Amino acid sequence: MSENTVPLTIVEHAVRATPEAVARRVRGLSDRAIAWLFISPTILLLLAINIFPLAWTIRLSFTNFRANRPNAKILGLGIANYVSVLTDPDVWAAMQSTAHFLFWTILLQTLIGFSLAWLVDRRFRGHGFWTTVILVPMMLSPAVVGNFWTFLYQPQIGLWNYAVQFLTGVPAASFSMIGSVKLAPWAIVVVDTWMWTPYVMLICLAGLRSIPGYIYEAAEVDRASRWRQFWTITLPMALPFIMLAVLFRGIENFKMFDMVNLLTNGGPGSTTEVASITLKREAFEKWRTGYSSAFAIILFVTVFGLANIYVKALNRVKSR
Amino acid sequence: MTTATLAHSVVEPSGKSKGIAGTIIVIYAVLSMIPLVWIFLTAFKSPPDSIAYPPKVIFSPTMDGACNLFNTISRQTPEYIASLPPPTSICDKVARARNMVVAGPSNFIPRFVNSLVIAFGSTALSVLLGVMAAYAFSRFRVPGKDDLLFFILSTRMMPPIAVAIPVYLMYRWLGLSDTRLGMILLYTAVNVSLSVWLLKGFIDEIPREYEEAALVDGYTRLQAFRKVVLPQAATGIVATAIFCLIFAWNEYAFAVLLTSGQAQTTPPFIPFIIGEGGQDWPAVAAATALFLVPILVFTVLLRKNLLRGITFGAVRK
Repeated sequence: MSENTVPLTIVEHAVRATPEAVARRVRGLSDRAIAWLFISPTILLLLAINIFPLAWTIRLSFTNFRANRPNAKILGLGIANYVSVLTDPDVWAAMQSTAHFLFWTILLQTLIGFSLAWLVDRRFRGHGFWTTVILVPMMLSPAVVGNFWTFLYQPQIGLWNYAVQFLTGVPAASFSMIGSVKLAPWAIVVVDTWMWTPYVMLICLAGLRSIPGYIYEAAEVDRASRWRQFWTITLPMALPFIMLAVLFRGIENFKMFDMVNLLTNGGPGSTTEVASITLKREAFEKWRTGYSSAFAIILFVTVFGLANIYVKALNRVKSR
Repeated sequence: MTTATLAHSVVEPSGKSKGIAGTIIVIYAVLSMIPLVWIFLTAFKSPPDSIAYPPKVIFSPTMDGACNLFNTISRQTPEYIASLPPPTSICDKVARARNMVVAGPSNFIPRFVNSLVIAFGSTALSVLLGVMAAYAFSRFRVPGKDDLLFFILSTRMMPPIAVAIPVYLMYRWLGLSDTRLGMILLYTAVNVSLSVWLLKGFIDEIPREYEEAALVDGYTRLQAFRKVVLPQAATGIVATAIFCLIFAWNEYAFAVLLTSGQAQTTPPFIPFIIGEGGQDWPAVAAATALFLVPILVFTVLLRKNLLRGITFGAVRK
């Protein structure tokens, strides 16, 4: 706040010192001035730290620049980087890993999240407290928690493997969630689902609570069965909220980096190498800056398209 | 909440269905807490207990984890340890029982301080910028308002790694690599979108009549903003600040790519807490627990505003 006070008092003095007629005009004008004065710092910051770098990325994506060789001659390559990204089998493998991760996390989170919301909406005693408990995982740092899950997934000593042995009889030491090509993609799905199901639940709960009671009353009068009420009232009316949750999880998981980086670091081999991990390897391990810039732009355009749909969904929910 | 209670009043679920729903929810909640409980238990285990099979739920608590977290320790011969003066602290005693000596403080506290400085610094800045922009968007006719708001939100959707490449180059050029200021500016740029969207929602809810009355009374716009709108928006500002704080506290991708020492925060540091022969799990768990406690407190404080925060203010209640 302290930065604010100095210009504020100057403006105050100026306003007090001006004659009434001028003051009214200044006041009328100043609304607009204040608007720009208040908005421009945010816009400037975003231009400096988001848009300027983005423009820089676009420029680099047409070159062979390497950040670890700043003095090498920079050659313009045209769209060659884009062509090689889109024809690179490694990139497509990463896209496939991302798709597997996206599909299963969203499916599981939506099913479990919606069911939990539907149950919480029964408003049993103490539902407020238990809802807060359920919400805790989504507030935690995905990186720090992802790191701790490597401990829970230890083949010999981990709690997860012990629980699996306890429940199914499969020996705890006989499998490794992170080390096995077959299980690693599921290891990241489990952790993500554990963390983010509460998010979907919370939004679905808002959707269920937005349905006015008189619709159910009317359905009762018409003797519609509970089953029918669910399919014709509950689900369609909560759908915009479910879509909102799905879209947001979609965008977030498409960008997924922190949890996977610490849990599997893309391994074993490249079985869990989601798009952001590939991008990190290209940009910060192989230092192919031009190439990775092109890849980054392709990812960004995809997310931007999804974000566009997301904002439309937001506005639709808002008008309810 | 009141409308929600009214909403289902006629078709109130039966006692039996409530009982079943409650049971399932409680079971889910308890199961989902197990990893967290395990973190807190492991933090107080001795290294052998932490890797025991079958996993130990009952054990005698020790300070090994905390001691290894805050200190660097090294192995010494029993003869050397016997020649030392008597231990002066708990950690000395704990270390010597395992043939180790405390060699000095570890890097954990500086990293934790970095986390605090960067999280609070960027939160203050993003809330300040956010409340100003939100007020302007809420009260004035701004040309291209919807496009500007979309632009602001879309910056948050950028994949962090994609942004990190040019920011890395730009920061190297500006001398901001691995500095707290650089991280504060970066986190502010990410958080300001959330801050603007959330605060706009809160300010929209304050009736314009309050300010108009103040303007009639001879207040200027800025005075009305400071003396009428800001106090009315206080709850919203606090909720927004907590959301920004949580994001900056939890952030990992930028931190791991753009900081290495000086300005490194806690999340990229924790995975590198290693003891003899791999990760020192009690120390990792102690660090994780210390790192998570503030978030647990904030979650409880925020519970009424969580929904708003995670949907950028679109869904209220």
